[in-house]
Amino acid sequence: MRIGSAKQSYLADQALFDSTPQRAWFGVLLLALVAFPFMANEYWLYLACLVGLNIVSTTGLNLLTGYTGLVSLGQAAFMGLGAYTVAILQVRYGSPFLLNLLAGGIVAMLGGILVGLPSLRVKGLYLAIATIAAGFMTHFLFAHWAGITGGNGGMTVPPARLFGAELDTSFRLYWVIAPIMILMVFGAANLFRTRIGRAFIAIRDRDISAAVLGIPLMPYKLMSFAISSFYAGVAGGLFAYFFRVVTPESFPLLMSIFFLAAVIVGGMGTISGSIFGAIFMTLVPELLKLIVGWLPLGDNATLVLSPVRTIVFGSMIVLFLIFEPHGLAEIWRRIRRLFHLWPFRT
Amino acid sequence: MNVDWLFFFEISLAGLGTGGLYALTGLAFVIIYKATRVVNLAIGDMLMIGAYLFFAFSAGMGLPLWIAIPAALLSMGAIGALVERTIIRPMLGESPISSFMVTVGLSSILVGLVELIWTADQRRLPDFMPTKPIQIGEAFLAPKTFYGFWVAVVLIVIVLLVFRFWRGGVALRATASDQGAAYSMGINVPRVFSLSWSLAAVIAGVAGIVVGAIGGISSSMGIFGLSVLVVVIFGGLDSVLGALVGGLLIGLIEAWTGTYLGGEYKLLATFSLLVLILLIRPYGLFGTHDIERL
Repeated sequence: MRIGSAKQSYLADQALFDSTPQRAWFGVLLLALVAFPFMANEYWLYLACLVGLNIVSTTGLNLLTGYTGLVSLGQAAFMGLGAYTVAILQVRYGSPFLLNLLAGGIVAMLGGILVGLPSLRVKGLYLAIATIAAGFMTHFLFAHWAGITGGNGGMTVPPARLFGAELDTSFRLYWVIAPIMILMVFGAANLFRTRIGRAFIAIRDRDISAAVLGIPLMPYKLMSFAISSFYAGVAGGLFAYFFRVVTPESFPLLMSIFFLAAVIVGGMGTISGSIFGAIFMTLVPELLKLIVGWLPLGDNATLVLSPVRTIVFGSMIVLFLIFEPHGLAEIWRRIRRLFHLWPFRT
Repeated sequence: MNVDWLFFFEISLAGLGTGGLYALTGLAFVIIYKATRVVNLAIGDMLMIGAYLFFAFSAGMGLPLWIAIPAALLSMGAIGALVERTIIRPMLGESPISSFMVTVGLSSILVGLVELIWTADQRRLPDFMPTKPIQIGEAFLAPKTFYGFWVAVVLIVIVLLVFRFWRGGVALRATASDQGAAYSMGINVPRVFSLSWSLAAVIAGVAGIVVGAIGGISSSMGIFGLSVLVVVIFGGLDSVLGALVGGLLIGLIEAWTGTYLGGEYKLLATFSLLVLILLIRPYGLFGTHDIERL
């Protein structure tokens, strides 16, 4: 049984894992991730890859919205920038896979800085709506710069090649997406052990106080936009390799809303929340498909599925905000606490 | 370049026609924002619900117009109050971002409901406006746009008068300017919240019926709401005058860019304008500039 925090040094307080059991469990999780592709079928591998790239993007948005307090509805736009950069580099120059991903991240980052510029003057909801503009502008760019992006028809992306192996199946892509995801999630977790991450949190909690404490708002807000859209860009790049086709319609406003919902459902301002949120939001539609399949609807099933999905999606946002504003991460924390305190109750 | 002035005049008139509807919907948005400080992203979807209710009452149940329209609007009022009571009231005291996200969820629920009940197909509302083309000077104007504009103008005037003279309107203004003070003067603030959502829903309903009559109805009608967001940000979230001026201006700009550059430039132009305005005046043209202190 543990009560309260038994930390004895700042280093212990900052550690990524508080205890040895936690480290052990993480090892188990890693093993499970390694074993997973050998046991899962094609469908589950497909879902795992999708979850993986959604985790990257959700983590990125959580850095911006959950940790820095800047609400953005432009995540899909940044993903689009990353995906198109990767697609163009791959199709035209055939440059190496990892370099393309990095370039996608960097282009998205530049886009993020550009969109973040108004954030220096605009706050809160005005900013949220201003970021919607990013989506329209990138959509326009993709659709109208036809010479480079292929216009409305979009682009077909050849499979990625890494060390001579063609990454053309979910099984092979999994071995790329999973490590990148783990690396980026760890990067995000580590960020909040540094000065930059701490500054983000201070800005979220009260920006004027942060300014009084000597944190320059402008560079840090822009940095938050930059890092967050870098994550989106990498996720977008993976998206391009995963679906092998990018069109202007691939990155609608609804997708930005999806990621914001994942951040909320998972838990704003927690790394584990980004992971839970992305898993939950990606898998619930699949679960719905199963449930609707069981119901005796006959041919109506496919007709009903899409609206029901939309309604469940909206209800989840509303219900989580009303009943569990800290999201799944908070539920998880309570479960852990239950085990810590057992046999006593909280 | 040789400008065809008559043509220009005609599209400008059409633009003003749409602009009137933007202004009207913007007004519904501003009422909610002023009273409850909720940025309602679902305004376009509320408008869509209004149009579909009218569709259900008139085409579905075959009721005559003079029953179908009031019935649709009354249901809208009830829906507005219901939404406020069930999902907005519990968010009282939460951060503005949370209540904003709740309306994002609401928007998704409304779209899903419409698709579930009426499917996503495009439908036509029954014609209820005169169909004779309108001539202003030498310019011709689609009658629906013309009458739609006047419906918007009349309703805006009514709302402004109501705000000015009716007790409920005064309570609404009082709540908007200072909630605490309004409470202590005996104004039932929660009821004002319900009232503002009902009123806004009814106004959105009217706008929806007119928009639906002009362009048909479908589950993607909520896109209209995006232009309205630009309008209110442009004019200032809490300014009635801003919504009116912004509505007409955005209507004009959309009509011009839509005709001279092509339909896909419309949203691009308005959103670019939005970003520009935000950089110059972050609180919109006529919005209140909050001064923050520590």
